[in-house]
Amino acid sequence: MALTNEIIRQKLTEKFGDQITDWAEPYGMLTFSSDKNLNLKVLQHLFDDSSLGFQFMTDLCAVHYPEKEGKELAVVYHLHNLKENVRVRYKVFTDVKKPDVFSATALYSAANWMERETYDFYGVNFVGHPNLKRILNVDDMKYFPMRKEFPLEDQQRTDKDDEMFGR
Amino acid sequence: MSEHVTLTEGNVEKETTTINIGPTHPATHGVFQNIVELDGETIVSAEQTVGYIHRAFEKIAEHRTPYQITTLTDRLNYCSSPINNFGWIIACERLLEIKIPKRVDYLRVIIMELARISDHLICNSIVGVDSGAFSGFLYLMQYRELIYEIYEEICGSRLTTNMGRIGGFERNFTNQAFEKLEKFIKDWPPVLEEFDNLFVRNRIFMDRTIGVGPISAERALNYGFTGPNLRAAGVDYDVRIHTPYSSYEDFDFTIPVGSTGDCYDRFLVRDQEMKQSMEIIKQAYQKVQEFKGAEAEVFHADVPDYYLPDKKDVYTKMEALIYHFKIIMGETKMPVGEIYSSVEGANGELGFYFISDGGRSPYRLHFRRPCFIYYQAYSELTKGGLLSDAIITMSSLNLIAGELDA
Repeated sequence: MALTNEIIRQKLTEKFGDQITDWAEPYGMLTFSSDKNLNLKVLQHLFDDSSLGFQFMTDLCAVHYPEKEGKELAVVYHLHNLKENVRVRYKVFTDVKKPDVFSATALYSAANWMERETYDFYGVNFVGHPNLKRILNVDDMKYFPMRKEFPLEDQQRTDKDDEMFGR
Repeated sequence: MSEHVTLTEGNVEKETTTINIGPTHPATHGVFQNIVELDGETIVSAEQTVGYIHRAFEKIAEHRTPYQITTLTDRLNYCSSPINNFGWIIACERLLEIKIPKRVDYLRVIIMELARISDHLICNSIVGVDSGAFSGFLYLMQYRELIYEIYEEICGSRLTTNMGRIGGFERNFTNQAFEKLEKFIKDWPPVLEEFDNLFVRNRIFMDRTIGVGPISAERALNYGFTGPNLRAAGVDYDVRIHTPYSSYEDFDFTIPVGSTGDCYDRFLVRDQEMKQSMEIIKQAYQKVQEFKGAEAEVFHADVPDYYLPDKKDVYTKMEALIYHFKIIMGETKMPVGEIYSSVEGANGELGFYFISDGGRSPYRLHFRRPCFIYYQAYSELTKGGLLSDAIITMSSLNLIAGELDA
């Protein structure tokens, strides 16, 4: 029996009840979210359950929604069941003031660098990560540049007079 | 000098040496650093440092219109930029739910498979270079040139192609493009055959690559490997089959898989993929030739809101001028929604996670770069091996610095 979005939804509801919310299917991909403290339990269940079997982590990234009070940062997991060829998208939201999310590195080795990248750009603190330090930016950077409060440099600015790089 | 190593009698064998390979080193074929701890010639531990050419593409993309983002995707895996271009354009088309004419799909397939060949031929010949056979690399470069000439005929540029528009191509393929394609179809297979003869059953090459840098299928999956590197470990996952895009379901081709996931298998998988790509190109070219009459001239879908009008019309027709300005200034909004769209890049699954809030540019655009994800396995792959094997492992993974850092 093919694994459909309805079955996945049913299985997850059986296990977690109404703790999993925000069910949606944008462009056919089942999307849901839960409390951030549940993330490892949900991922473990998606990984272990023989009928779900989402054992491939396609992608992990974060999104910043500055206007959502208390839920400013979203961590988005894209998981893939390669046998049934079904993908799901799972989101957890966290407060930007205390951005602690449990690390998925124990389940998916692939999460290691992707979590480092997410930390690097959004400052999500992955609790339990073996080596959570910056990866693409310089180590002594003081801020998290992909957050929305950092605009790109104004293209019209004239106050730079550097001979080589100024405009 | 903070530490001075003193050797006492009997502990010489415990001493390890730290070596930096990179950031700029001929063996890395790109800007990234490996700090390896050596015991004699054996690697005890290795650590990778990336980010030397990080250009903040994801941040820049949040301020740009779709056509301005195409140029960013060029610079991800610059050995096969048309795949990245179309990957991005296809993501936009899926978000907009545009139906693409079959002829456009087939033309795109031709270009994407040419790009795959050009990428794989570089990777495989570099594996040759790193194992001491330089001539294959120089020989194959001539044929990459033929592929670049085809790109040039289609879009005017060679390396960073910026090819394609939402809905199709910027212009129809010229006769010269098809002539060059025919020449490539005729000239390339015997050259690849020769290249095979040079490497595949070459004793020295086999000794240097068999059993070097192996990875099991389970570890590869756990590490998020995709593309030829995953298939070399024996998993037949290919986006072209699993989530067909651009009408790949119309073609008859096989997915080569390896078994041990070592350098030799990665080499063979890429080698066979080049042959399969050639089959796909031939089929696609035949399908393109079968279009008759008006259908044979179709090179874009009818989506005036997103497809840039012909420049000639912009100068002479009011409506075209309006559309031109609207598109260039980003006045045509993308619909609200989120989509994950992926294509089979030369290195694996190249994904675009696109969140649109209805504005002129993406609210968030994340590139799933296959290189970045599988490079983290490098220290596990090389541990316990020889330093010279680590170099071959690096080149056979096909690491492209542009894709690593984004």
